Amino acid sequence: MSVGDYIRNSQVWKSIFRHPAPRDRRNRVVVMLTNVFLHLHPVSVRKSGIALSYTWCMGGLTFFLFLVETVTGVLLMFYYRPTLEHAYNDILALRDVTTLGVLRELHRWGAHAMVITIWLHMYRVFLTGSYKPPREFNWSVGVILLVLTLLLSFTGYLLPWDQLAIWAITVGSNMARASPFLGYEGPGATLLKVGDVSLIHSGSDARFLLLGGRFVSGDTLLRFYVLHCVAIPLAVAVLIAIHFWRVRKDGGISGAL
Amino acid sequence: MLLFGQGQIGPEPFARPNEIGEDPVFHHQHLDASTQTGVGVFYLLIVLMNLGFAAYWFYNRRDRKQANIWIVVALVFLIHAAAYLFHAGWILPAFIRNAVDDFIGPVTYFMLSLVLFILFIYYRKGCTEPPVAWGILNISLLASGWAITDSNFRSIITKEDNVPIVLLIFSVGFFTWLGMRKAVVNDERMARGEPPLEKLEDEKVLVWPDLVYTELICMVIATFILVIWGVVLKAPLEQPATSAKAPNPSKAPWYFLGLQEMLVYYDPWMAGVVLPTMILVGLIAIPYIDFNQKGNGYYSFNERKVAIVTFNFGFIVLWVTLIVLGTFLRGPNWNFFGPFEYWDPHKVLPLNNVNLSDMFWLGLMGRVFEEGKDWFLRELPGIILVVLYMAALPPLLAKTVLKPFYVRMGFVRFFVLVTLIQFMAALPIKMVLRWTMNLKYIVYIPEYFFNI
Repeated sequence: MSVGDYIRNSQVWKSIFRHPAPRDRRNRVVVMLTNVFLHLHPVSVRKSGIALSYTWCMGGLTFFLFLVETVTGVLLMFYYRPTLEHAYNDILALRDVTTLGVLRELHRWGAHAMVITIWLHMYRVFLTGSYKPPREFNWSVGVILLVLTLLLSFTGYLLPWDQLAIWAITVGSNMARASPFLGYEGPGATLLKVGDVSLIHSGSDARFLLLGGRFVSGDTLLRFYVLHCVAIPLAVAVLIAIHFWRVRKDGGISGAL
Repeated sequence: MLLFGQGQIGPEPFARPNEIGEDPVFHHQHLDASTQTGVGVFYLLIVLMNLGFAAYWFYNRRDRKQANIWIVVALVFLIHAAAYLFHAGWILPAFIRNAVDDFIGPVTYFMLSLVLFILFIYYRKGCTEPPVAWGILNISLLASGWAITDSNFRSIITKEDNVPIVLLIFSVGFFTWLGMRKAVVNDERMARGEPPLEKLEDEKVLVWPDLVYTELICMVIATFILVIWGVVLKAPLEQPATSAKAPNPSKAPWYFLGLQEMLVYYDPWMAGVVLPTMILVGLIAIPYIDFNQKGNGYYSFNERKVAIVTFNFGFIVLWVTLIVLGTFLRGPNWNFFGPFEYWDPHKVLPLNNVNLSDMFWLGLMGRVFEEGKDWFLRELPGIILVVLYMAALPPLLAKTVLKPFYVRMGFVRFFVLVTLIQFMAALPIKMVLRWTMNLKYIVYIPEYFFNI
């Protein structure tokens, strides 16, 4: 008996994989049904629906990059402290000192790549008309995921706390103070007042909510850090679950009807 | 331990590091050895690509003529590769660079991308023929290779955070070709009464192994590319943050630069809040306003002309090309710079834009308004125009040109669609008004921050 057979016949192996290797048709079906990760997939699919030239694999790559971002992000959290005192120097240390400093490169380039792959995924879904009934709702979920992906990237942009970071966030968040009614320089904001006291001023408007202050500061760093590492990823995870579940429930990956 | 503001860490933000002894303004430049080797390797890769393409035509398609064409092309690139690998130091002649810089401006850039888009849609059959598309790819690679010999161009294109946009340009180009190619093939099949190619292969296959292995290979390739990218290119880190000194230009992250470009034409409340919101609302609304049942689950152009042209116009012309413009061609003070132009922070462009109210009252009626008085009367012409555009145009369209749409879509769908398209068209309309009439604001009510 070879070592491989010995392992595959051991009680430990059999307790994990409850059936023989997926070498025949029956076990190839069973493997999809008994594995929690694989059972995201159906057992069988239309051949045209999985051709690479049809799907471009962009949705799958977006999900994969989300996982890459999660893993590298969690590891980076060991090195990085979101305070004015430490943030920049921690990134500097990642660049110059830390053994696994390349994690930051993987995280940043992965994030850029994820923005591109999610656009291309939407482009493919549009070109194949895959948003059409019965998949309308899942397209909407996808658009929300697009927004969250951009917000993830945007909140992460601030964390290195260098000139590139705070000024990009300053430019981006300056838009919020021009929000109609909700920004203190937005149209209609001066109309919202009780007596002579205006409700919307630079200390109470949409930009203040976003930044946790009147300008990009240490409070902004903390706020963006929490959004970047906890709040938005949780929301994305929930929506991804809905997105994948609806792909299955709405008839699987699209193909010619 | 490093403290804030101490020392010069990293490059000066948005400064233009020019190689020693170069005059950035007058293009007296030279190429250093490592850049030449890099460009040589770049050309060598294109030689290999073309030899591969020639081999495909020779062995798979038995087409000697095509094979010969691509061998000749490979030779042209081989000459380039040799020149740079042996450090001949060829630089794109200054008169070409100057001519490009003189020709290109916000207007010509946008019109050129629009014309190319229309030509691509109209001649989609010819453009997507593999040899033609391959030729276009070769031309764009050759142009990139020539352009990168200019140090101004090189210093923008190789900025770490700009590398994704180079990736974006080529991947959007490739997938636009792929999608349109498959649509053209399917359209021809359907014109002959045959089903689309996707329908031919609708027998079922098992996910293990057919799909899970594809996914595994994709993951491995993606990991490989990401690791190489991460090792070769360092993530950017500039000087420590300081609110005392704003870099010029201050740019948002690259994926928002299309929105930042809209700030040239609209105030922040429109460009930064209303229009992005309408983009998202519009995207979510697509499946609910597209009443066309055809083209579900396969590539096709002819069955969904309006939908595909509208979406592609929004995605490619208004989104991607504006990102490219905002990234590569907008310099200090958000001024426009040609691809080979030095980003001179002291470049001054005259701003002589005029509000509609001034054109009307001052220009036509000869009347001057006191500062902060009678704003309603002052802005009435603009308000009437905007109200007519937003409120009167949809019913007018429903009665006339778009009547067939109105009949098939019903009241709510039709008005949502028209409103979304009006917001989408608001950008090009304001662009054209700015370029032709120097129009600043159609409605200008600074009292309420309400400027359109």
